[in-house]
Order: sequence, then structure tokens, then C-alpha cells
Amino acid sequence: MKTRTLAPLLYRPLASPLHATRAGVAALWALALVAAALVLYHPLALAALVLAVLLAARGAGVARELQRALRTALIIGLPIVLVNVLVSREGLTVFARLGDLGPFGQGNLTVEALVYGAVIALKITVLVLITSLASLAIDPDAILRICRRLSFRSALTASLAVRMLPLLAADAQRLADAQRTRPDGGPRGARAGARARAALLGAIVAGSLDRALDVAATLEVRGFAAAPRAPRLQRSWSRHDLAFAASALAVLTLALLARLTGLAAFSAYPLLHVPLSAGLLVLCLALALATLLPFLDRRGIEL
Amino acid sequence: MSVLAFERVTYSYPGVAQPALRDVSLALAPGEFCLLAGLSGQGKSTLLRAACGLVPHFHGGRFAGRVALAGLDTREHGPARLGTLAGALFQDPETQLVMSSVRSELALAQESRGHSAGAVARGIEEVALALGIDHLLDRPTHQLSGGEQQRVALGAALAGRPRLLLLDEPTSQLDPVAGDELIALLRRLNEESEMTILLAEHRLERCLASADRVIALRAGAIAHDGDPRSFLQWAARAEPALQTPGAKLFTLAGLQPPPVGVKQARAALRREGLLPDEPLARAGGAAGARDAAHVRGTAHDEPAAHARAAAGAPLAPAAAASVPRRPSRRARRTMVAPALELRQVWHEIPRGPAILRGVDLRVQPGESLALMGRNGAGKSTLLRHAAALLAPTRGRIDRGGRVALLLQNPGDYFLHDRVDREVSAAALARAGLRGLEDRNPRDLSGGERQRLALAIVTDTTGDEPAVLALDEPTRGMDRRAKAELAADLRARAARGQAVIVATHDPEFACACASRAVLLADGRVVADGPAAELLAGGWYFATETARILGGAAGALAPEQGAALLAARAAERGGRGETLNAPGSASNGPAVSGLRGKASAPADMASATASRASLGDGTL
Repeated sequence: MKTRTLAPLLYRPLASPLHATRAGVAALWALALVAAALVLYHPLALAALVLAVLLAARGAGVARELQRALRTALIIGLPIVLVNVLVSREGLTVFARLGDLGPFGQGNLTVEALVYGAVIALKITVLVLITSLASLAIDPDAILRICRRLSFRSALTASLAVRMLPLLAADAQRLADAQRTRPDGGPRGARAGARARAALLGAIVAGSLDRALDVAATLEVRGFAAAPRAPRLQRSWSRHDLAFAASALAVLTLALLARLTGLAAFSAYPLLHVPLSAGLLVLCLALALATLLPFLDRRGIEL
Repeated sequence: MSVLAFERVTYSYPGVAQPALRDVSLALAPGEFCLLAGLSGQGKSTLLRAACGLVPHFHGGRFAGRVALAGLDTREHGPARLGTLAGALFQDPETQLVMSSVRSELALAQESRGHSAGAVARGIEEVALALGIDHLLDRPTHQLSGGEQQRVALGAALAGRPRLLLLDEPTSQLDPVAGDELIALLRRLNEESEMTILLAEHRLERCLASADRVIALRAGAIAHDGDPRSFLQWAARAEPALQTPGAKLFTLAGLQPPPVGVKQARAALRREGLLPDEPLARAGGAAGARDAAHVRGTAHDEPAAHARAAAGAPLAPAAAASVPRRPSRRARRTMVAPALELRQVWHEIPRGPAILRGVDLRVQPGESLALMGRNGAGKSTLLRHAAALLAPTRGRIDRGGRVALLLQNPGDYFLHDRVDREVSAAALARAGLRGLEDRNPRDLSGGERQRLALAIVTDTTGDEPAVLALDEPTRGMDRRAKAELAADLRARAARGQAVIVATHDPEFACACASRAVLLADGRVVADGPAAELLAGGWYFATETARILGGAAGALAPEQGAALLAARAAERGGRGETLNAPGSASNGPAVSGLRGKASAPADMASATASRASLGDGTL
């Protein structure tokens, strides 16, 4: 209950091919999708990626959480579209005139700016979805363990930050509850309320420092000061490791091919150029299939 | 060679003139199970921290003398090096889990000591199997219960296979079942791997029977060092607040020697003919009724119980299986308005479990109620509903006035850096905190912090709250502080305030409550007079009740002693003689009980003991 506010994006072990994949490979797979989202601009290709990631989330058992992430991404995306329409002066197809805006010049809203804003919003949506999926399905400890081979203390500090976030949220909730149980129900009025919030913040910081001292003592006796490199784990590659590695390679290759060959070419300014071709449709289908195929093999995934 | 040796160690924390440890010398042999006893603030935690090198390396301060851990001088080797020899487990499990999953947590301690991947994997498996946490290996640490967290933290401390295990009140946040399991686990580790254990604990009755040796600290110095029985004899003379309830029962009854555990106590009473083969509560009959009459004479909770009975609140006939029934509509019309009433209250988490499942509970003004149950049973949630911090997803709650709630951590209430800024001067005086006005609330002792937090939630200019609810108020408290809190709660109940205490501590429940409610899985599974409910179980029963088999509802040592004296007098009246003692150590038992009727000197001694214990400790 206490971690409810942060639980939507916290990793938890589930029976899915992505969860069963070693963290390093799963992270590479997610990075390949991120790279694809960054190099592709064609709205159809980006839409294919959105659909593929949502279906992948379903395969990983975190569809509900990703729907929430999708809503968040849309909330972020909408202002981007609006701002781009208002500030961009590069399009030629005007659909509304706001007149003279003084130092900002003529307020002409263009279809090109609208579409380009929407493409950027779509790109951000894909990125939010991929990072949310990775956060939900890839064990952060395993990732940080890989990082510990490079820098033990930095990675451990990152581990602690991840671990302490829900605890800090719980501390804040507890303190707020404690203030609600005071006879006066806490101070009233704007100024008194601001003072109370400052005092509450101070108490949270003081509590966090107390907790940090205890954690530091625990780390000391666990040998943190010795801080050697984490040993390399010898594990054979599972079918899921191989499948997701192949998927990552395929997604990256397809995205680069599309970029280099101009198959998914898109330009917004000065006039919209959104070519549609059979090749593009095949590319979108291939991207989605390459992303989703590893989820079809569900052998050996139970916890 | 000893595993741990202190040689004339004196230590003061930075900026504090008073030493936390004074001239401490001790040596622990391999395989010893040693208990550290002492009231709060007497140096137990500091001694443990000195043993693993945190003192002085982590805390700083002035350090004199020498501590050697398996021959390594702690001044020359830091905690990281010493950590390979000594594992440490502290009070709060949440601050000891630093990774996101159990497997990573167990791996971290070994990886940070440079173990190979194979050794780490093997170490994880072995520790997980030894502690019975193999099913938790892939669970996120934030999803574990308190007991599970403490086990995992213990696993992390054990992962490097240390020779010495240092534990600082590891059971203080656990329910009785999880606490007993942890102590049994420690005993097993000690027996099977000759691991030396140094355990600081307030609830000595829980672990005294497992210990080979007890070291008592007073003002940072060793006040006693000996086996558990000699410790109890010393405690009866020199530090009554450290006595276990069983030992206190024997002291008050004039019996010697004090028992180290329930089994020993029952055997001694049976030898003396004071414990029938069948518990009298179950045997019933005239003897049981007579016993009950003796115990009633010492009960502190009669006014509230009478008030409750008069109000028609449900009184369970038998403890363990007494699930409450709602009174009929006609009965409810004739009742006094309750201070708090929950009707079919449910608390269901969206897409999650139900925490409360149809709870019915009616609490009358002046009634004191102990809410018991395992971790996760729903006690805290119920109290939050009572104080309107949560709203039921189904059901209804009626309050007869304000419900003041004291949450688990008193520190959560402190917003200022001076005590006098937290509450009014009058409230401070009522809480007995006058003279501490300029202190920082976070620097107060555990008992003082609790009193200050209580003063904050009850500090009103108008009427007192109708209900005072406290959630686990005795965590980390010593017996003296608990007794003071219990006395305060009894006084509040006597003034007409309804008091509800969620607690894992049956001794505290018995000291402050007239009625007990047992929650399990969000349901009320038993509800009745504390004298019945806390007398009939293994876990949710006081030590006195377990020794006397729940006879006549005797829960506190004072009640038990009265019962034993009555039995002895009855046997004397019938012309029976008590069993002759089999050994010299049993001698005083006979003379002590006869003394109730015949020996004025012994009677005076027993009376003096009662006077010194009755008001100060649990």
C-alpha cells in the first residue's frame, strides 16, 4: 500500500519471455527500439512502433501499466503540438490567421507545423512507452550489476536511489498522515500552510538523513568500503536471450535500412511530404514482427 | 581464542561528555549465545557497534581500550574488513535492505567482499535454504512483510558466513509468531554451525531460554555477567525492570530460583504441587472459581469491564473462538452511545486484496481495548479508519467524538527543533516533560518521544478526545517505559476515554486493556475480556498465563502470585505439606510460600518485592 504511488513503474518479476531474458540483452532490445524511434520520422513507421510496443507490453504482462504510460505520453505530447503550431513559421499551408502579434510577427498557423508537432509527439510517445516497458520488465538490479563492473560505488548509489524512492514516498505519506491526526488538523491559511509545508519538508529531510545514516552503517558492515568489481556471471544463453538479441538486431537493421534507403522518408517543411508505398507497409509490418516474434515463444518462462 | 574480546573499553559519542561505554571488559567464546540486557540508553547498541567496528570508525568520538574481533584490533581494521568476521542485524529492517530484489540483496554482501560468481551463487542458495527464504529470492524487497524483511536482512548478514552475529533488537517490529521464529532460527544457527551470537533485546522472556549467558549493562558498564538463572536472581535484587514476567511471578510468590522459561517454571510449580496436571481454567469447578475470585481481587480493569457489561457490549464466554455478534436492535437502543462503532467495515484496495473484511467493533467510553494479530492482519488499517485517515470502501463508522490517533513512529509528529514549539506548556506539563522545553524532540529518549507525540495528538483546548488510538506504541521501549505508558492509558480510560491499542506485546496488552480483539486476515476472529483471550493461546498470551495454563485468567505476575499464594494457603489449610525440595536451590521456594501464612520475614520480603515491582515494570 505504501508504495502504491510509485508502483506503476516499478519492476516486478512476471512470467513473460521479456522477464525471462537476461537483463543485458533485454536492455539492448529496448535500446534498439529507442534507436529505431529516433531515426524514423515517418508517422506510419512510428505508429507501427507504438502498436508493437503496446502489444509487446501485453506479451510481457504489463499492458495496464503501459496504458497509463500512454496517457501520460499523450498529456506530454499535446502541448508540444500546440506550441509547435504557435511558434513554427516554416509551413506554407495556413489554416488559421491570428493577425499581427507584434514582435512575434504574423500569427499564421500552418498544417505543416501541426503535423510536424504531431510527429514529434508521436516520437516522444514511443520513447515513453519503451522506457516504461523497460522499467517494468527489466530487473534494475541486474542492470546495475552490469554497471557495477564498471563503477561499483556509482552503480550502488544508483541502486540505493531506486530502492529509496518508494521509502521516501512512504515517509512523506506517513508524515502527512501524522499531521492530519493533530487536533487542529494542521495550520490554516496560506501563510501558515506554507510554513507548515516547509516544516513538513524539513521533517522529511531530517527523517531521510536519519535513514541515510542507518543505511550507511549497514553498507559499512556489508563491506561497501572494499568496493571491488562485481564478478562476471557465467550463464548459458537461453532461447529468450537469443530471440531478443536477434530481435534487437533485426529492429536496428530495419530502421537503419529505412533511413538510408529513404523508404520511410518524411519531411514537413515547407510543404508536407508523406510518401506511402508498398515498401513502407512491408517495413512497418517487418518492424512490428521483429519486435513481437520473441514473445510468441513462451517456453521456460514460469517463475 | 575468544571470538570477541573487549578490554577496558570506554567510549563517548562526539560532543557528548557522558561515556556510552565505561570500562567494559568481556570475552565471548566460540559458539556462545549471549544476551545483552539493559534498559534503554544503557549502552547495548553502542557495544554492538563497537564489536563490528562502526564505533569508532563510523561514529567517531573518544575511544579508549581495545576491542579484538577474532584477533583483529577494531582500531586498525575498518567495518568492511571486520564485516567478513561479524554479521550485523539492526532494529529497522527497512534500512538494511538496499537492493531491489532479495537475490541481489543476498549477493551484494558477498560481491562487495570480492567472492567469485560461483561462490556468490552458492552462498545465496545456502543462506536462502538455511533461513527458509528460497521462495522469496525473486521477490522485490519492497513487497516483503516486516518478518520477511528481517529474515532477508539476516540472510544478508549471514551471507559471508561470519563467525559472530550481532543483533540489535531484531524482533522489536515483529509479531509474536515471527519474533519466536527468528529466535528459534538463531538458536538453530548457533547449535548447528557454532556461530557465536550476541543479541540485544528488551523482551527477554522471548530469548532467555535460548541463551547461554546474559550480560546486563547499566550506565554503559557491565552490571552483571552470568548464566540466565543468575541474571534473573541479580535482576530481582538490583534491576527489577529487567525481570521476565515468569521470574517476577516467582519473586512475588516468594519462589526460588526464578525460571528461565515457561517449561522450567511449570516443572518447578508442578514439583511444588502448585500446578495441577490440567489447567484449572479448563477443569473448571470450585477450585477454578476460587482461583478466579483471588485473581479478580488484583485486576485493574474492573471499572471499565463493568461499564462495558452495563452498556451491553458483547462479552465472549470463551476466549479463543469468540467471534463477536452484533447486539440486537432492541439491545442497541438501551446501550450507552459508543465512543466508536464500526459496522461491516471493508477496506478493499483497487485491483488488490481486501485489508478489512466486514469488521464489526463497538467500543464504549472508558473501555480499553487491545487490538492484536500478526503483521498484516489489518490492525493499523482499522485504526486509520477509526481516525478517518481512510474511508471504508463498504460499511459505516460512527464516532462519539474526536478520535486521536498516535501512529507507529512518534518522530513523524515532530516538526520543530524545540520541544516547547510542538505543544502547549500545559500539555507538556501533563506529559511530564517539563524541563525539556529547549531540547530537540529527536534527541529525546524513546519513552519521552512517545509521551511528547501523545501530548501532541491529545493537546486540545476543549474536551479530551473521545477515543485515543495507539498503533504499536511500545516498539523499542523497555519495560519501565511500557509500564509508565500503560499506567497513563489506564488513567485515561478511568477518566472515560476509550483507549484502543494495536500491539504485538501481550504483557503490555494485559497491563493496559480490559478487552482484547484478535484480528486475522482483516477479520475479527476473537473478541472478549483480556483475561480470557490473553490466557488461552501460545503466541497471544502472557508468560504468566502460559506458566499457569491460563488458570482463572491470571495474566500479570501480580495476579499469578496472588493465585499461587491462595493455592499454597489452601493446601496449608487442608493440612497438606508441600513437596520437599529436591535440591538446595529449590529450598527457598517452600519457605517462601509457607511464609505467606507463617513466616513474617519472608512475607515482608515478598511484600517489599511487590511494592517495588508493581508500579514500575511490566
